[in-house]
Amino acid sequence: MSQDIYVLIEHNQGQVAEISYVMLAAGRQLAGIHGSQLFAMLLGYQAQGLSLDIAADKLLYIDHPALKEFAQDAYLLTLTEIIKSRQPRVVLFGNTTIGSDIAGAVSIALGLDLASSCRYFTSDGKFVSQICGGKIMAEGNLSSGTTLLTMVPGGYKPEEGQSEHPPVIENFSPPVLDNLRIKNIKFIQPESFDIDISKESILISVGRGIQTRDNLELAENLANSLGGVVCASRPVIDQGWLPTTRLVGKSGKHVKPKVYIALGISGAPEHVEAITGSETIIAINTDPKAPIFDIATYGTETDLFDLIDVLVEKVEAAKAS
Amino acid sequence: MKIVVFVKLVPDLVEELTVDPGGTTLDTTWLRMIINEFDDHAVEQAILLKEKTSTQVIVIAPDFDGVDEVLFTACAKGADQIIKLTGDFSSINNHALARAVASRIKILQPDLVLTGVQANNDIDGSIGPALAACLNQPFVGYVSGVTLEDNTAIVQKEYPGGVIAEMSITLPAVLGIQAAEQPPRYVAVSKVRQVMKTSNIDEQPLDELDNSGFPEVTRMFQSETSAHAEMITGSPDEIADRLVSVFKEKGILQRTNR
Amino acid sequence: MPERIDFWGIPENWGSPAFYVYSLMFLAAAILLIRFYLRARLWWKVGRPGFHWNHLLQRLGRVINYGILQTKVLSQRYPGLMHASIAWSFFVFFLGTGLATIDSHFYKILVGIPYLLHKLVMDVFVVIFFIGAGLAVFRRFIQKPPRLTISSGFTWSLALTILIVLGGLLTESLRLAVEKPSWAWWSPIGWLVAKLWISTEASSATLTNWHLVIWVAHLLIVVITIITLPVSTLLHIITGPANIFFSNPDRKPGRLSPIPENSKAEPIYSDSLRNLSWMQFLSADACTECGRCQDVCPAYAAGTSLNPKILILNLRDALKQDASSILHGNTNTHLLIGEWIKENALWSCTTCMACVYECPILINHIDTIVDMRRHLVIKGQMDGELQAALENFGRYGNSFGQSDRMRARWTQTITPKIKDARREQVEYLWFVGDYASYNPTLSDITIKTAEIFNKIGLDYGLLYDAERNSGNDIRRIGEEGLYEMLMEKNVAAIEKCHFQTIITTDPHSYNTLKNEYPINQDKRILHYTELLDQLISSGRLKFRKKLGIKATYHDPCYIGRYNEIYAAPRQVIQATGCELIEMPRHAERAFCCGAGGGRIWMPEGDVKERPSEIRIREAVELDGVSHFIVACPKDITMFRDAVKTTGNEDKIAVKDLIELVHAAL
Ligand SMILES: Cc1cc2nc3c(=O)[nH]c(=O)nc-3n(C[C@H](O)[C@H](O)[C@H](O)COP(=O)(O)OP(=O)(O)OC[C@H]3O[C@@H](n4cnc5c(N)ncnc54)[C@H](O)[C@@H]3O)c2cc1C
Ligand code: SF4
Ligand code: SF4
Repeated sequence: MSQDIYVLIEHNQGQVAEISYVMLAAGRQLAGIHGSQLFAMLLGYQAQGLSLDIAADKLLYIDHPALKEFAQDAYLLTLTEIIKSRQPRVVLFGNTTIGSDIAGAVSIALGLDLASSCRYFTSDGKFVSQICGGKIMAEGNLSSGTTLLTMVPGGYKPEEGQSEHPPVIENFSPPVLDNLRIKNIKFIQPESFDIDISKESILISVGRGIQTRDNLELAENLANSLGGVVCASRPVIDQGWLPTTRLVGKSGKHVKPKVYIALGISGAPEHVEAITGSETIIAINTDPKAPIFDIATYGTETDLFDLIDVLVEKVEAAKAS
Repeated sequence: MKIVVFVKLVPDLVEELTVDPGGTTLDTTWLRMIINEFDDHAVEQAILLKEKTSTQVIVIAPDFDGVDEVLFTACAKGADQIIKLTGDFSSINNHALARAVASRIKILQPDLVLTGVQANNDIDGSIGPALAACLNQPFVGYVSGVTLEDNTAIVQKEYPGGVIAEMSITLPAVLGIQAAEQPPRYVAVSKVRQVMKTSNIDEQPLDELDNSGFPEVTRMFQSETSAHAEMITGSPDEIADRLVSVFKEKGILQRTNR
Repeated sequence: MPERIDFWGIPENWGSPAFYVYSLMFLAAAILLIRFYLRARLWWKVGRPGFHWNHLLQRLGRVINYGILQTKVLSQRYPGLMHASIAWSFFVFFLGTGLATIDSHFYKILVGIPYLLHKLVMDVFVVIFFIGAGLAVFRRFIQKPPRLTISSGFTWSLALTILIVLGGLLTESLRLAVEKPSWAWWSPIGWLVAKLWISTEASSATLTNWHLVIWVAHLLIVVITIITLPVSTLLHIITGPANIFFSNPDRKPGRLSPIPENSKAEPIYSDSLRNLSWMQFLSADACTECGRCQDVCPAYAAGTSLNPKILILNLRDALKQDASSILHGNTNTHLLIGEWIKENALWSCTTCMACVYECPILINHIDTIVDMRRHLVIKGQMDGELQAALENFGRYGNSFGQSDRMRARWTQTITPKIKDARREQVEYLWFVGDYASYNPTLSDITIKTAEIFNKIGLDYGLLYDAERNSGNDIRRIGEEGLYEMLMEKNVAAIEKCHFQTIITTDPHSYNTLKNEYPINQDKRILHYTELLDQLISSGRLKFRKKLGIKATYHDPCYIGRYNEIYAAPRQVIQATGCELIEMPRHAERAFCCGAGGGRIWMPEGDVKERPSEIRIREAVELDGVSHFIVACPKDITMFRDAVKTTGNEDKIAVKDLIELVHAAL
């Protein structure tokens, strides 16, 4: 068995996903600990151009028409083939719509250990995963054989996984990929006539704590006086109170505003991962144990309904003075 | 057609979660177990398919405190058969569960297996892909819509940023449901109570559990609060004042001077 | 001696007028009965039969009280006077005619003084009738209050009644004009009119001929009135008292009717006309369209799609249109819920009971609304917010989606620790309720309540995490199973405790605990306002300060109309040294805040003006009133918000009664 660390590069419709860089940063740490090389794996079709800015020692490139877009069965066949032949120490997947679909299947198929939702590795190489909506962390050892992990963002800066020096490309010939059972038919893009919240610099984000649609008015008032835009966590979007274009989080947009104000948002990992790029996060939540306070710059444990009107008044007053 | 839905119970995050004195598992004394919300969506999706194409729906769940109610609720929604897997689940993990459940599913031979895309206590990956691998079937996760045609399913898979991929999968297959096409329906308590009187839970003991593939957890702890936010306290007035000064520092207050 | 003459002025050669009159009347009555039966038959042919004759005396008493004396009708001055004048006049005319019949055929009574008195009384009621009729014409055609819909049936009926009385008056006056008896002044009105005829100097023969013509017309109008009664507004003369008679005397306001069951003890849901009870159709046909319910309905005032009067009339129309298809087994009828009655209308009801309180013929709108909601709940047809709330109740026993262990978190700051009634014997078991326990903005008030109890050394305890939402409003949402589940849990917890009296903060809990929970009969249940009142009168609770505030008090529906606790809270307020100024609508007529019946967990939808805002505007009209006192945690939330949204923060403050007590101690 080798000591090398392998990272599955995730891409979708010609874009490398940010989680890939996070994994490369983590992979670099592990490679350091194990004194080994960092491999990136890129599965695609005529997709070499994608890989230029990744900070890996080597890029294993597998080219096949069936790998043009993600399809679980084609990926599974290919990855089991690579892992069997290369016997890496660790394989990192994103805890994402791609990585999560595949890691568990590889683990069962090859009889390898799998740990999910890993946020970071300790200096002695233990994985630390977050569970129970981020409230609990689980720390564990990598097994002696090949270990598979799925990673969540937050533990590493994506920039650390980027590099101007392209890695050495190594081609890996794909296994026989026919009789595939999953086919991509088409991609449906979200309605894009709304504001792009990922480009806004002031965001007022509302969560389930806002309770009713009518109360959204509060957030809108605050947004108006600060010159920002209202966005929301999933439960609010699911209720249809705001369009999907305003969704912040794993299944929505990642945002990097100057100021992000979270009103009644608990701070579930799926939400938090998308806001860590914000300069300042202000969390307003009645629950002192809400995980949002762990990542916020400022927090206040008050009832948003008591605060917002007062805050709007004071902002208006400050603007007028 | 036959659909099996695999459902499990997870810790209710509304309760305060603490770590067992042993330090490697959750303390279960105060733990409230509730249906994994994504599994709830999987049940709903199955019932919606049943309403459209009159498929048979079988719901399977491992025995946790409160599972009977979950199963009867599924039955009240329209499931045709409910199965409880019995055994010792004190240290259960998705690898062991997937193998055990797969052995049951092989007997049932469904065309489609639905389960929630993830659960809040997954440590060794979500169960869907593992189950699919045990059954040697394809898997698509993060699904938010399913249509059945002869021997294929057309599914909507959600990607970040609201992009949706439409895919076709040859059946039999396993799907990880993120959201049903409609929010899970409400079942009146009296309906569940009625079902409790008229339907039976089919209890099936599980064979030996094979835990391999589950990583070694050496320590569990409550999320660190070191990187905690600077907390602003006081009356709403005082808090608002402080926040306004934060806005000023950040230079985001545009003067109106009107 | 003056005596009554049968069939005065009817030509001899007409044979026996009695024969004509009675045959005509008999025929008309037969037609009336047949037509009425054909209509009434649909009630139990389409709906579920099941006639209840128990409590016969009580039922008859209610008919006398509400149907004959018309106490409910009279509780509103103008319409009450108007209606009673007409109705009572007709009762008198009817009795008078009856007396005359007896006099003609069985026993001569109308001779001498009794006859003169008879004349006098009849004449007086003619005047009373015309006052009533005048008021009715003015009201319907000139005043036109929004609650009244002008239907041709009403105009027809009013015209006929006026013609009948006019006919009677004219025949009488003509007779007097011809006879000119010495006692003519005993018929003052008749005589006045007679003088008019006399002044025309027409001959006796002419007048007698006129009399004949009018007498025949009068007779025919009576016949027409009787024959058309089943299709006119006058039908309520029969159906109204029938509805009063058959309305369930066991139905206490605070105890909702259970889900009806068929012979196999399976629940029957009101999803189609077939599944309604015959009583609901009787009520629909009995509705007088007076609109009193509409006038007081907060949902209607807020501009929602609910109008209790229209709801009842929709049932009437549904029966009229769909009955024959249903009876012919034709399933192709309109949907009862969805088409005849809109779901939104059903969800808009706050179950404030104002409509039920006002209805002069005891129609129970709430039973119909809740029955239909039960159908929607069993079908799972409801708004997402409401569904989430119900799921929270099922899982946590509260709508806040918080752990049961957080229920008593508000007690943390209180020393000494409040007793756990499950472990220690207490005199008072305090059932705190969800809002007072979980709502962070109310914990302040809840803590003050405990402080007061501590100060006066009350021996009390809590159920702590064993308390669940009482389910009052869940039952009214129509989720009967969930209600039973919560009730069973609470009852099990309560039964384990040793105590004498339960006190509740929340009027809603109070209602269901008192009226619906199967709790041991010798346990008393008090609302905290009652407890405080008792403690004040027994001298245990004494105030040091006089607050000297001008305050008004809002009666919560569930301790007011539902349980008639009006005096206790007022006495407590006055004992704290406040001057109590009543709002125009108070006590039985208090206007609902809009939160009841589960509304607090539903989106409010498109409303013109929230009931709570209407109420605050009513209060700020009062001269110098600075405090709006409530006795319900939900009221605090509703009205504090309304004070803000109506911009009255500088005019009026919303306070719980307990805060006054705390301040005055
Ligand atoms: C595959 C997948 C993708 C997902 N993608 C996303 C995503 O893109 N974006 C996303 O947001 N979620 C996403 N989720 C859902 C995520 O797991 C959480 O369920 C969600 O973020 C919770 O939203 P919330 O914080 O608004 O609600 P809750 O977790 O219910 O939090 C509400 C908070 O409001 C507080 N509160 C209540 N009342 C008040 C008050 N009066 N004043 C102040 N605070 C109050 C409470 O204390 C609580 O902390 C995803 C989940 C999955 C499985
Ligand atoms: S109970 Fe109240 S809200 Fe409901 S219909 Fe009657 S008056 Fe209207
Ligand atoms: S239901 Fe009662 S109060 Fe309402 S209009 Fe009819 S008779 Fe009047």
